[in-house]
Amino acid sequence: MEITARALWTMIHGMGFGALYLLACSGALVELYRFTSSSPASPSTPAPTSAQVRFLKVYLVAMVVLAWTAVLTGAYVIYPWYRAAVPPGTVDLSEFPQHLLMSSPSTIGWHSLGMEWKEHVAWFAPISISMAAFVFIRYGRDLGNHKQLRSAVLGFVAASFLAAGIAGFFGAMIDKYAPVQGGQTIQLMHGDKQ
Amino acid sequence: MNAQPREVSANTSALTNGSGAAAILAAGMGSFALAILAVAADRSATVKSVLIFYKPTGPLSGVTTVAILIWLAIWTIMDFRWRKKTIALTKTNRIAFVLMILSFLLTFPPIEDLF
Repeated sequence: MEITARALWTMIHGMGFGALYLLACSGALVELYRFTSSSPASPSTPAPTSAQVRFLKVYLVAMVVLAWTAVLTGAYVIYPWYRAAVPPGTVDLSEFPQHLLMSSPSTIGWHSLGMEWKEHVAWFAPISISMAAFVFIRYGRDLGNHKQLRSAVLGFVAASFLAAGIAGFFGAMIDKYAPVQGGQTIQLMHGDKQ
Repeated sequence: MNAQPREVSANTSALTNGSGAAAILAAGMGSFALAILAVAADRSATVKSVLIFYKPTGPLSGVTTVAILIWLAIWTIMDFRWRKKTIALTKTNRIAFVLMILSFLLTFPPIEDLF
């Protein structure tokens, strides 16, 4: 079982940082809503404990790290391989994903719409989640007393989820039609002989 | 922006909303700055070449770096000015969300190509 170094980096970027961020988003939305809508006066929605507040702060900081790592590895590690210039006389475009997509009318849209949107929209995710984490760390349980701040934070976490979802969807589809390949081959494990 | 310093009641909240409002509005403005820079780099060859900070990544490197610097600068300045104030959040939130929606739309290639 082998994988190329570029494919491994793409997997770390997409399935590691990106997919994990998307999973974390749904949890953050639920937890932020639950934490900030709970009331000490209501037995059905007890106020969160200090340990729970601390956990959510750590959770949001982890999301900030995931989001920034995802966009930075995407822009500075994988994107240069994706958009690499084709040397004159090259016939096999398999190591030049952008040019491979653009070489066929049936796949050009994955670049002209998919990658062109993904490369910018993805950055709204770390910006939004950094803001949400900052506000929650600063206000903590007190956020429950600021209804409009709470609504804005939830809205921006949802926007972050949407941005990461768009980037993740197009990333997965682009990698399906024109995978980033090349670099050193890494042997993951040996399979059984037939 | 309409900043209205007020007394904060002890039994409602220990913190004013200014710092949170600054973070929210700055996030909207930072995202919008990124969208504007992306459109500018797509439309103008001069802007595009100026924004190539790291050649393998192309103008995306400059678009995102400048946008992040703008976002952080706006956030720092607004936080400094608003942290002890109570802000009219309805208007601030509305502006931040409109900017975020516009950012999504402006970076969407069929709309970006209209400019």
